[in-house]
Amino acid sequence: MQVTRRQFFKFCATGLGGSSVAMLGFSPDNALAEVREFKLTRSTETRNTCPYCSVSCGLIMHSLGDKAKNVEASIFHIEGDPDHPVNRGTLCPKGAGLVDFIHSPNRLKYPEYRAPGSKEWQRISWDDAFSRVARLMKDDRDKNFIAKNADGATVNRWLSTGFLAASASSNESGYITHKAIRSTGVLAFDNQARV
Amino acid sequence: MALQSLDITRRSATTTPSPSQRKTQEVAKLIDISKCIGCKACQVACMEWNDTRDAVGSNHGVYDNPMDLTENSWTVMRYAEVELEQGKLEWLIRKDGCMHCTEPGCLKACPAPGAVVQYSNGIVDFHEENCIGCGYCITGCPFNIPRLSKKDSKVYKCTLCSDRVAVGQEPACAKTCPTGAIVFGIKEAMLHHAEGRVADLKNRGFAKAGIYDPQGVGGTHVIYVLPHADRPEIYCGLPRNPSIGPMVELWKGAAKPLASFGLAMVVAASFFHYVTKGPSEVSPEIEKEFEDEK
Repeated sequence: MQVTRRQFFKFCATGLGGSSVAMLGFSPDNALAEVREFKLTRSTETRNTCPYCSVSCGLIMHSLGDKAKNVEASIFHIEGDPDHPVNRGTLCPKGAGLVDFIHSPNRLKYPEYRAPGSKEWQRISWDDAFSRVARLMKDDRDKNFIAKNADGATVNRWLSTGFLAASASSNESGYITHKAIRSTGVLAFDNQARV
Repeated sequence: MALQSLDITRRSATTTPSPSQRKTQEVAKLIDISKCIGCKACQVACMEWNDTRDAVGSNHGVYDNPMDLTENSWTVMRYAEVELEQGKLEWLIRKDGCMHCTEPGCLKACPAPGAVVQYSNGIVDFHEENCIGCGYCITGCPFNIPRLSKKDSKVYKCTLCSDRVAVGQEPACAKTCPTGAIVFGIKEAMLHHAEGRVADLKNRGFAKAGIYDPQGVGGTHVIYVLPHADRPEIYCGLPRNPSIGPMVELWKGAAKPLASFGLAMVVAASFFHYVTKGPSEVSPEIEKEFEDEK
């Protein structure tokens, strides 16, 4: 196609004029305004208790997928449970940021063992962890258990081991922990049960 | 525009009117400064809900963290230590963020069609996909709220969780607030709630307690209960009489139709000049002169 200098100027002028008119607001706008899609519409909701302090706020955890066989669930949002009598939907900054705690690369997900004097932690199985703890407790109890005091009265106490249980336990689990631990004779015991 | 979940009252850089028959309730977020303990749960809940994460900052010797609003931190707590009377220190903590003005300066200043919209429930929202990153909204805002992202050159600010409100839920910050310093509801109810709080504060010796709902921007949809409402500037520079800046008013008000008129006149004059005078002809003599010069 042959374009003369004059035609070239005409094309440019028409283009500039047309776009100027469009910019003045004479062109139809097609942008559809829409709020961001609500991201929880069909997520799976699971109730749980905040793991941090002994206030034990109720949580609703929203996870990806509907628990179908071929879906790997992953929690993507956590907010307070409005029906929970403790917090009625509110959460403190630690609770409000729980989703990052779940996905933290530093999160401890399995038992680890560090030998005395060693700097290295090594991963061990839950069975190994339970067996080792039970073994050490049994050995210590066999050695240090006091059945009777100097006066001959039955005391059944075990003073060389203490026990620290979870903070976010319910009264019921606190009761069970108390029964289980006291039955061994342990006196030094706290489970921060205020829930 | 039939598919939106909230009715739009105003769109930036758009002159065609929005459908306005449907009436929705105006919502508001009430921030009661006397109840705030500065725990920053609202900051965390905001980032968590909106899927933004700010960089880990550094300690500046104060509680403020981050030190200012960013494109990722749409709300921040601002801490002021003020001695109003000798020996009577007060720690004033204000949750800063978008005020959702009835007359939004950002919307007025924005030249990109549909980048800033105001819904009929009062929320002023940014649609980043339409944003051209010019930053005029930052200049236009009387509260200095919007922040430009260096990553995508688009401006971000609090949406009042428009995605939650659209489906009948409260904003994430209001839900999480452990002390109930942030309350959410229809604006009328929030003003009523605020009046109750002001009366209570006055009984407790805060004679100048009051509601911050500045009329210079037509009222806001984020309102404060201030224990010292006579001096809003002590709350980390809360403006006493915020209004849209005179330059924004001039350029987007009086000057805009004048400029459009001028431009239209130039186009019309050029057209009539072309019709009446026609294209300028080059006489054969001059044509020949140029040919000879070659």
